[in-house]
Amino acid sequence: MSQQLLYAIEVSLNGLMAGVLYALVALGFVLIYKASGVFNYAQGVMALFAALTLVGFQNGQIPFAHLINEIFGTQVHHFGWHLPAFLSVLLALAMMVLLAVIVEKLVLKHLINQEPVILFMATIGLAYFLEGFGDLMWGSAIKKIEIGLPYGPSDSIDQFTYDLFGYGFFIDRLDIVAALVAALLVCFLTVFSQYSKIGRALRAVADDHQAALSVGISLRFIWVVVWSVAGFVALVAGVMWGAKSGVQFSLSLIALKALPVLMLGGFTSIPGAIVGGLIIGVGEKLFDFLLGPLVGGATENWFAYVLALVFLVFRPQGLFGERIIERV
Amino acid sequence: MNDSAALMDIRNITLKFGGVTALEDVSFDIQEGEVRAIIGPNGAGKSSMLNVISGFYHPQEGGIWFRGERRPAMPSHRIARQGVARTFQNIALFSRMTTLDNIMTGRVTLMRPNLLTHMLWWGRAEREESEHREKVERIIDFLEIQTIRKTPVGRLPYGLQKRVELGRALAAEPALLLLDEPMAGMNVEEKEDMCRFILDVKEEFGTTIALIEHDMGVVMDVSDRVVVMDYGRKIGDGTPDEVRNNQDVIDAYLGVQH
Amino acid sequence: MFYREAGDFRTSYTDDSQTFPITFDRYCYFAILAVAFLVIPFLINDYWANAVLVPLLVWSMAAIGLNILTGYCGQVSLGTGGFMAVGAYACYKLMTAFPDLSIVFCVLFGGVVTALVGVLFGLPSLRIKGFYLAVATLAAQFFLVWLFNKVPWFYNYSASGQINAPERTVFGIAVTGPNVEAWAKYLFCLCFVFVFAWGARNLTRGAVGRSWMAIRDMDIAAEIIGVDPLKAKLSAFAVSSFYIGMAGAMFFANYLGAVEVTEAFGINQSFLVLFMIIVGGLGSILGSFAGAAFLVLMPVLLKNLLAGWLGWDTSIATHFEFIIVGGLIVFMLIAEPHGMAQLWRIIKEKLRLWPFPHAN
Repeated sequence: MSQQLLYAIEVSLNGLMAGVLYALVALGFVLIYKASGVFNYAQGVMALFAALTLVGFQNGQIPFAHLINEIFGTQVHHFGWHLPAFLSVLLALAMMVLLAVIVEKLVLKHLINQEPVILFMATIGLAYFLEGFGDLMWGSAIKKIEIGLPYGPSDSIDQFTYDLFGYGFFIDRLDIVAALVAALLVCFLTVFSQYSKIGRALRAVADDHQAALSVGISLRFIWVVVWSVAGFVALVAGVMWGAKSGVQFSLSLIALKALPVLMLGGFTSIPGAIVGGLIIGVGEKLFDFLLGPLVGGATENWFAYVLALVFLVFRPQGLFGERIIERV
Repeated sequence: MNDSAALMDIRNITLKFGGVTALEDVSFDIQEGEVRAIIGPNGAGKSSMLNVISGFYHPQEGGIWFRGERRPAMPSHRIARQGVARTFQNIALFSRMTTLDNIMTGRVTLMRPNLLTHMLWWGRAEREESEHREKVERIIDFLEIQTIRKTPVGRLPYGLQKRVELGRALAAEPALLLLDEPMAGMNVEEKEDMCRFILDVKEEFGTTIALIEHDMGVVMDVSDRVVVMDYGRKIGDGTPDEVRNNQDVIDAYLGVQH
Repeated sequence: MFYREAGDFRTSYTDDSQTFPITFDRYCYFAILAVAFLVIPFLINDYWANAVLVPLLVWSMAAIGLNILTGYCGQVSLGTGGFMAVGAYACYKLMTAFPDLSIVFCVLFGGVVTALVGVLFGLPSLRIKGFYLAVATLAAQFFLVWLFNKVPWFYNYSASGQINAPERTVFGIAVTGPNVEAWAKYLFCLCFVFVFAWGARNLTRGAVGRSWMAIRDMDIAAEIIGVDPLKAKLSAFAVSSFYIGMAGAMFFANYLGAVEVTEAFGINQSFLVLFMIIVGGLGSILGSFAGAAFLVLMPVLLKNLLAGWLGWDTSIATHFEFIIVGGLIVFMLIAEPHGMAQLWRIIKEKLRLWPFPHAN
C-alpha cells in the first residue's frame, strides 16, 4: 500500500475516534430532545461542568474558594484531601442529578408548551449561566483529569500494523477506551429506553405530553430522570474530552460541534447520533488532510457545519430522522 | 361538460400519501357565483380536496381547470394570486399580529411593495398603504369587528378569530373563496351570524364559495349545490334536495356494511 | 392620566399608522433625540464614548438587524458575528482601495456586501426551519471567520493579520483613525443609527413587515394566502444582513479602529446580539435599543461595582456577568418572552389608566 493511502487511513481512524467523542455529546442531546422536545444547547457546558466538578471533588478543592477569598480576605483553596476516583465520580454524578432537579424546578416547569425555539434559547441562557457558575465554583484554570485512564499511543497496534503494512499506526489508547465506553453507553441507553418501565414512560412522553399526563405519567419526574441521564452522559463525555485535552472552556465548544452531528443523524435517533458523529469525525479530519494544505488549513473549524448545511438542504430530516409531513 | 360556465372544473383527482389513498378519481365543478358545499363523514377526504384546490397538496392524477384553462403545478402562493383564497379548519391566523394587520396581509396578492420606498415611507408606499387600508376598513365594517381592530388576534375568542380569518380571505378579493368548516365549534348564534356573512358575501361581493361543513341544516340552507364524499370518493352530487334523497348518501351517513 | 389618546384626533389612515400616535409619546421621542444630537456631543469624553455610547449605538444597529430576521421574520440566526465581519472587511477593503471615497459610502458598501452574503446563506432557510436553521447559520459564522483569517487579501497582507482603519473625514472632521475625537465618532454613529432605525420602523409597519411577520407566525398559512416565502425570507435575510454589516463596519472603523477577526467577530458576538433582542424584545425596534443598552451597560456597571468599588478580581466580575446574563435570559423567557419592550407596553397601559387601576 502506498504511503499516502496509509496516512489517509490513519487520519480516518483518528477521525473515527474523535467522532466517537462527538457522538457522546450528541447522545445527551438526543436523549433530552426525544423525551421533552427541548433542544438542549447546554449539553456541552454540562459536560464541562461535570468534568470540573469531578476534578474539584477529587482534588478536594473548596467550592467558590476564589469568591470566598475575595470577600473575607482569606487564603483557602483546598480541603487537603484526595478522594479516590470512584467516589468522586459518584459525587459528580450526584451533582448532575441535583442539577437536573434544579433545572426542572426553575426552568423547564415554567416553559411547558412554549415554542421549541424559545426553549432552545432558554438553554443557551442556561449554558451561559452554568459556564459562569462552574468557573466561579471551581476556578477557570485548565485542569487535568486523573482517574486511571490509559494514555499515550497503543504500542500493540503500532507493532501490529507495522508488521502488516510496514507502517505503524499511531492511535491513542485513550481513544480506544472512549470508543468502548461509548459503545457500552449506547447499549445501556437502548436497553434502558426499550425495556425498562421508565424508558417506556419516557417514550410516551416524547410522543405526546398531554396523552402521557392523562395516563398518569409524571412529566416532571420523567424530565428529571432524562436530564439526570443526560447529565451522566455529559459526565462521561466530559471525562473523555477532559482526559484528552484538559478540562477547560473549549470543552463547551464541543457542544457546537455536536449540533451538526445531530443534523446529520436526525435529532430523534440514537444510532443517528453515533453515525453522524463518526461521519463528521472522519470527514473533517480527511478533508483537512486532503484539502487543508491547499486553502491554508484549520478547515476543521467549519467543515462540520457546512457539511450539515449542504446535507440538510437535500434531506431536511437528517439521515435517520422521521420524515416531516406538513399539515394545515 | 360545459367548460365556459364553470369557474373551476376538478377532474379525476387522485391523491395518495404513501400507500394511503386520500382521494380517488374525484370530479366536480364549481359554477360562477354559486355556493358549493362539500360534505361527508369524518375522514372522507373533504379537507384533502380543499388542500388540492388551494395547491397545498399536489395530486398524483387528474387536474384542475380554472376559468377554462388547465392549471399547471405551481406553489400555493401563486394560486392565491390567481384569485383563490381560503380559511382553515383549525384557525391559522397570524397570532401575534393585530386584526388589522392580519386582514391587511390578506391583500398581499394585490400589493407590490418595494423595499426602498417602504423604508422611506414616502410617495407610493404611503399612498398604497392608505388605499389598501380603506378597502380593509370596509371589510372590517362588513364583519362588524371595528372594536378589535388593533387587538392581537391571539387574544381574541374563537368565534371572533373565525370572523377575522374570513375577513383575511375576503381581503384578497378572491374569485373563489374556500371555507373549511367555517362554523365548527360555534354556538347557534355564532353559526347564524356566520351564515349571514356567507350569504352576504355572495350577495354583495358576488364571490363564488366552496365550503366544507358538518352541520347539515346549515349546508342545506346556504348552498346551491352539494358534493358528497365518503372514503375518498364522490358518492353524490346535486342540489340539496337531490342529495337528501340519494340512497348512497343515506347509506354513508346511516352506516351500511361495506 | 398619561398616555391618553383623548384629544389626539386622527383624521387619516396615515395619521393612524404613525409610529408615535400619542402626542405625549411623540414629545418624549423628540426630547430624547434633542438630547442625543444637541446635548451629549458637548458633554461626551473618551471614556463615555468608548465604554458606553459608541458600543451602544453599534450594537443597537446589529440588534435591529437581527431583530428584523429573528423577531419579525422568525428565522433564528447564530451567524451575526460572521456577518459583522463581512461588513467590517468589505468596509476596510473599500477604504484602503479608494482613499478618497467618503466613509459614509464605505459603511453603506459594507452593508450591501453583507446583504448579498446574507442572501446566500439565507437560501437554505427555504428548506430548513427552526433551530435546524439556527445551526445551519453556524456554518456562516465559522466559515466566514475562517475565510477572513486565512485569506491574506482580505487584510491586505498585513503582518499581524489585523485590519486597521485609516483616518477618514466627514466635512473635514476625522471620524475614524487614531486621531478621532469622541464627539465626532459618536455623532457619526448616531446619524447612521437614527436614519436606519427609522427606516427599519417604516419597513416593519408596512406590507414588507407584514409578510415577514406572517411567515413568522404561521409560514404554511402565509404561503397559502399568497405570501411568497422565497421573497419574504430572502428579503428579511438581505435587510437584516445589511444592518448587521453596517454595524460590523462601524464596529471596526469607528469603535475599535483595529480588529482581528477571530477575537472581534467570534461566535460569542452572535450570542450577544441574540441575547440583546431576547432581553429587549423580539419584534420591536425599541426593544433592540433597550436590549443593546442593557447588555452594554450591565458589564460596565458590574465591573465598576465589583472590581472598582469592592476591589475584587476582575475575573470574578466576568464570571458574574455570565451568570447574570444567562440567568436573565432564562428568567426573561419565562417571565416575559417578549422582553423589555413588552414591559414598557404594559407600563404604558397602566399609566393610561392611572390612578384608576380597574377602569377599562
